[in-house]
Amino acid sequence: MTVRRLLAVGVLLLTAIVVGTIVWLRVPRFTSQATPRAAAAPAPTAPAPPGRKIKARLFYVGDDGMKLTGIERDIAYGEGATEQAREIVAAQIAPVVDPLVSAVPRGTALRAVFLTQGGEAYVDLSRDVITAHPGGTLNELLTVYTFVNALTVNLPAVTSVQLLVDGKEIDTLSGHIDLRQPLAKNLSWVQ
Amino acid sequence: MKFRAIPQLPALTLALLLGLAAVLSSQPPAPPSLTLLSKEGRRALPLTLVGDQEFVALDDLAGPFQIAVREDALGAVTVTYKGKTIVLTPDQALASVSGRLVSLPAPPSRSGRRWLVPVEFVSRALALIYDARLDLRKPSGLLIVGDVRVPKVAVRFDPLGNAARLTIDATPRAGSTVTQDADRLTIKFDADALDALNPPLAPQPAQGIVQGVRLVDQTTMAVDLGPRFAGFRTTSQPVDDTQRLVIDLLALVPSDTPAPPGQSPQPGQPAQPAPPPPAEPPLVFGQPPSAFHTIAIDAGHGGDDEGVKSGEGAKEKDLTLAVARRAKAVVEARLGLRVLLTRDDDRNVPLDERTAIANNNKADLFVSLHANGSMRPSTTGASIFCAAFDKDAAQTAAAGGAERLPTFGGGSRDIELVPWDLAQTRHLDRSERFAEFVEAQFRDRVPLSSRAIDRAPLRVLESANMPAVLIELGYLTNAEQAKLLTSEAFQATAVQAIYEAIVRFRDAFAAGGGTP
Repeated sequence: MTVRRLLAVGVLLLTAIVVGTIVWLRVPRFTSQATPRAAAAPAPTAPAPPGRKIKARLFYVGDDGMKLTGIERDIAYGEGATEQAREIVAAQIAPVVDPLVSAVPRGTALRAVFLTQGGEAYVDLSRDVITAHPGGTLNELLTVYTFVNALTVNLPAVTSVQLLVDGKEIDTLSGHIDLRQPLAKNLSWVQ
Repeated sequence: MKFRAIPQLPALTLALLLGLAAVLSSQPPAPPSLTLLSKEGRRALPLTLVGDQEFVALDDLAGPFQIAVREDALGAVTVTYKGKTIVLTPDQALASVSGRLVSLPAPPSRSGRRWLVPVEFVSRALALIYDARLDLRKPSGLLIVGDVRVPKVAVRFDPLGNAARLTIDATPRAGSTVTQDADRLTIKFDADALDALNPPLAPQPAQGIVQGVRLVDQTTMAVDLGPRFAGFRTTSQPVDDTQRLVIDLLALVPSDTPAPPGQSPQPGQPAQPAPPPPAEPPLVFGQPPSAFHTIAIDAGHGGDDEGVKSGEGAKEKDLTLAVARRAKAVVEARLGLRVLLTRDDDRNVPLDERTAIANNNKADLFVSLHANGSMRPSTTGASIFCAAFDKDAAQTAAAGGAERLPTFGGGSRDIELVPWDLAQTRHLDRSERFAEFVEAQFRDRVPLSSRAIDRAPLRVLESANMPAVLIELGYLTNAEQAKLLTSEAFQATAVQAIYEAIVRFRDAFAAGGGTP
């Protein structure tokens, strides 16, 4: 009888240790997603995986070339604001076909998206966004506000956007627009 | 009694005159002399050349300077002036001036019964014991005695296409008045005499705006005007201890101006009428004085940063530099303003450095020149940008702040602190005003974008501590406009429009006491 009781207590203790270990290992995964929240991005040209979609307004160069034009498109659903921001940027930089013209230089890849509690989004891009940029104040304005407006228009949690390149802050893309701080939504560059 | 006309008389007279001229010209050159200038007037002191050294006789100095010259038994020469002495020893390039030794370029030399001393004796020895100032200007052959105003005057002539500029520097400062009398300008200096070359300027081509500059009398110069002269304007300003007189001269524009290069008709094509040349600016007469002195012109991009490229390979960095250089020449020549270029060659200048050049030189206006690019090749037109700031930045700048700093000699003063990146916030109104002037001048001459004036967070403007705009001259990504932008005619027209915008802004600046 005593032996049975001892065995039962041992089994309970073992079970408690196993459960405790599992819980202990899981908890840090949740805490690591505190601010800033980051999400690695897949290749921007990869097709959206089949599954839940949402509608988002993406921005492309208008017919007159002077402004952006907003187009509603189905994009992949992302769990949480950061994931959704990543999906929006990935869809925004994906190559387009005629008659759409993107203000984002071809070959630009998304490295990561970070969101802060203050509503700032940091979009980390590959250096192609600089090296492949054709230059000109207007081109640069439209490139920058493509990202800024894509996130601020579609995600109420995002109030401003700063572009990073290879994980670092940059002055400008091609010598014109000040990118040293997050820029707020600006619809004056949208038709 | 009748006299018979002699047919050969004119020819004989001409031959006689030519012969006389030949005889005169074959005479040996006049001996060198030093012109002594004093309140009493001017007189010549003969000089003697020994090798390359100029000597003056002590006997010739005795009269004008009231000195006594005595030679003792040992051969030493004593010069006395009001009880003070200078002792010269033969064969020694030294003088003892009241017991103090000074060097001379050569020892004294006897010529018959006269003692010759190097001309530097006057400035190095005699000046030490003489009551009045003695200023020996050897290159000009002048010896100035006492408080006589004899500025050194240098004349420079710069032809500038359909205009020209005469720059006349008087050092030390001397004022002047310029009047026009038929085909010459007369410049009268407020001085006792002029230290200037004669003629001050080499003769110029007879068919130009100016034929030459000559000395009329001791204090007056004359500018002989050529047949192309149309008008002039003067500005005068001090530069260190020099008074700089700038005379801008405008030429008559011939009515049969040829077509700009590259616009001649192709074989087989009908000849097109040449486009009218870009209008030359009217000279601006009688403008109110202003505190508007300096303009910074920024040629966008440069070096390995080529900016936008056209399909034909034209580069934004080359276009902006060409226009900036042209604008500098025009503004300096016509307005007499100081124009700084943030770069004058093909090099990459960091954006902060460009603005720093303007800030550190206290420029009154900053103009950044660019050419635009669009993903749509059909996009065309020039635009003028002002800086844009978000509300937080504007509030931060407006809040400003001051720091009380100690000053030398006690006390303190408040220094206004403006964040470098927000300096432009205080000038946005005036920047927009200037942008409006540029847009108005562009309107009928330069194709404008549908968004002619705009705002954007432009890095190069944000730190400018003066009115500042960025001008996009047009789109290099549009084939037709690329061809236009790289043409001389367009660049001259654009510069003309910018120049006129600057004139209007400057006038508004002056009229508004510095706040247009």
